[in-house]
Amino acid sequence: MSSEISALSRPAQVVFYNDPKFRSIAYQFVLCAVVGFLVYGATRNAIDNLARAQIASGFGFWNTTAGFDISQTLIEYSARGSTYGRAFWVGLLNTLLVAGLGIIFATILGFIVGISRLSSNWLLSKVAGGYVETIRNLPLLLQLLFWYNAVLKALPDIRESIVVGGAFLNNRGLFLPEPIFKSGFGAVAITALVGIAGSIAFFLWARKRQERTGQQAPVFWVTLALVLGLPLAVFALAGFPLGFDFPKAGRFNIAGGVEVLPEFAALLFGLSVYTAAFIAEVVRAGILAVSRGQSEAAYSLGLRPGPTLRLIVVPQAMRVIIPPLTSQYLNLTKNSSLAVAIGYPDLVQVFTGTVLNQTGQAVEVVAITMLVYLVISLTTSLLMNIYNSRMALSER
Amino acid sequence: MKRFATIVALVVAVAAQGASAQTLKAVKDRGMLNCGANGTLAGFGLPDAQGKWTGLDVDFCRAIAAAVLNDPDKVKFVPLSAKDRFTALQSGEVDVLARNTTWTSSRDTSLGLNFTGVNYYDGQGFMVRTALKVNSALELNGAAICVQQGTTTELNLADYFAASKMQLKTVTFATANEAVKAYDAGRCDAYTTDASALYAERLRVANPGDHIILPEIISKEPLGPAVRHGDDQWFDVVKWTLFAMIDAEELNISSKTLDEAMKSANPEIKRFVGTEGNFGEQLGLTKDWAARIIKLVGNYGESFERNVGQSSPLKIERGLNKLWNKGGIQYAPPIR
Repeated sequence: MSSEISALSRPAQVVFYNDPKFRSIAYQFVLCAVVGFLVYGATRNAIDNLARAQIASGFGFWNTTAGFDISQTLIEYSARGSTYGRAFWVGLLNTLLVAGLGIIFATILGFIVGISRLSSNWLLSKVAGGYVETIRNLPLLLQLLFWYNAVLKALPDIRESIVVGGAFLNNRGLFLPEPIFKSGFGAVAITALVGIAGSIAFFLWARKRQERTGQQAPVFWVTLALVLGLPLAVFALAGFPLGFDFPKAGRFNIAGGVEVLPEFAALLFGLSVYTAAFIAEVVRAGILAVSRGQSEAAYSLGLRPGPTLRLIVVPQAMRVIIPPLTSQYLNLTKNSSLAVAIGYPDLVQVFTGTVLNQTGQAVEVVAITMLVYLVISLTTSLLMNIYNSRMALSER
Repeated sequence: MKRFATIVALVVAVAAQGASAQTLKAVKDRGMLNCGANGTLAGFGLPDAQGKWTGLDVDFCRAIAAAVLNDPDKVKFVPLSAKDRFTALQSGEVDVLARNTTWTSSRDTSLGLNFTGVNYYDGQGFMVRTALKVNSALELNGAAICVQQGTTTELNLADYFAASKMQLKTVTFATANEAVKAYDAGRCDAYTTDASALYAERLRVANPGDHIILPEIISKEPLGPAVRHGDDQWFDVVKWTLFAMIDAEELNISSKTLDEAMKSANPEIKRFVGTEGNFGEQLGLTKDWAARIIKLVGNYGESFERNVGQSSPLKIERGLNKLWNKGGIQYAPPIR
């Protein structure tokens, strides 16, 4: 009897494989081992099969001469003198360019449309609603093809270019005068930076003072004077140290100047317009999530609709908006790979298109491309998460 | 998306599948030949409104099916774009690639392919608008040129302009369809591809009469079928199918004269049609394999005439593709 009692008071004696702690560790260990073995087996098999089929493998192709041309290169690139590695960077930069600009335009347009949809102006809100419902419900690829063909068909032939102030517009693209900075322009650039820094400082000071005293400062006019007025004054004093390389019409093409390809324009426009429709909905949802009492309280304190939106509603709405906004940014970046359909040389077109075909090394090329998109997406997420934690409600 | 699916298929195939060397057995068991074809190029590979495929490359695949399966219609044609074609062959999606593909050393070695011969000797040319008043490719300095991605054309173009010290603006598209459409819309001054394809594509632009093909041929483009590396038996079957079509023309055996040939006393013809020797069995086929090809598809000359030659809308001169004894360079080893 006494021995039974002492047995009950001792910690439970279970066989080790029935111990939940041991079990959970063992299960995880087995799972890891199985996954590890599958990955190893697949890799080993791939290497063996590639070797047996005599398909080249490895990353030696990276330093081989590419031998093909690319229509838009942000860095120095030539078919004869550049490698596949260089072509990869050209493609990556083209992707980042269109994605970066696309995110900016889509955000601006999305916020405008999202807020317009909530406007009390009947026409404005119906137009915004129509825009969102139309754009959001059509496949993006179709829209890109439409914009590309609409751009090409609407524009005149190169010999009948539209010329405005030294800029040419035709079905080969938009050719803008390229600015050439002469000596003395450095001072203007420095003044501009000083102006921007000054206006940020003034903005912060004005916000602090408003929080403390409730007095508003003319932020807009001071910023305008600092950012535009100051550099312009220095620019005039320095004797206008800026020239332009105007594009000139040659026999076939237009030489000189900065060139914006129709493929780029169509892709940027298509991506921005498409993603903006989604962002508009995200913004609308965010604003609707802020309780009506907040704006009513602001009105009763005498705030006008503008400051109410800017100071009360949007800061609270941002907490709801940012996480889905991040997904939209990621979507835009990934959707930029549809460039391949309209001939814009992005990473997928250049690298998993031409480079893959010329080298035949599908496994390596696709792996690199997937890794790149993963890195871009994770970086975007990280930045947005940092921003989100700054905007999040600080609990007291 | 199809392309991505193909790549995934390749990755999965190389990661999971063992070696499959027995293509001939696989084709016989399946009762169907999977043939990678063009799908958009008149004269080489194009399905008509009824879904019936025609073209020089299509005839070639039908000839293999005739030799192996005794039925030229037991072919499943898989339309492939220029940049997907090798992946499709490597992954086993198709048994043979007959898609106006240029034979080059790197494709023969590092892509894991074997080219089985040349069924069309081609070269790269340019198409421009007549209104441009350009008479030579050397006048194209600074021109924008539309080109299809994943082709030797893309590389030759860069070489040619570099060698001629001319500027160029390449606009690259994933498929020939998109490239031609953009050229037709005025995006480019010129469209470049193999000369044979230029004649075919010219029929598709809005006003074919407004476009000319420049006289320069800037490259050698020996177009031929290819198979996977590492299956010598299948390689032999595909290679000798092509040789049989060329040899038949040389021996004057056509689909119309086959019955006479079957009764011929000429030893060369007897060996060809299988009334003497067992050359077909050496290939893993039947004795009458070559006779089947000619009866069901025709010889090389017949195929050429009906698909790209004078009895086709393309009306391309035979030129280099004449037989070696008629002034061309088409030449096949003898069957004996």
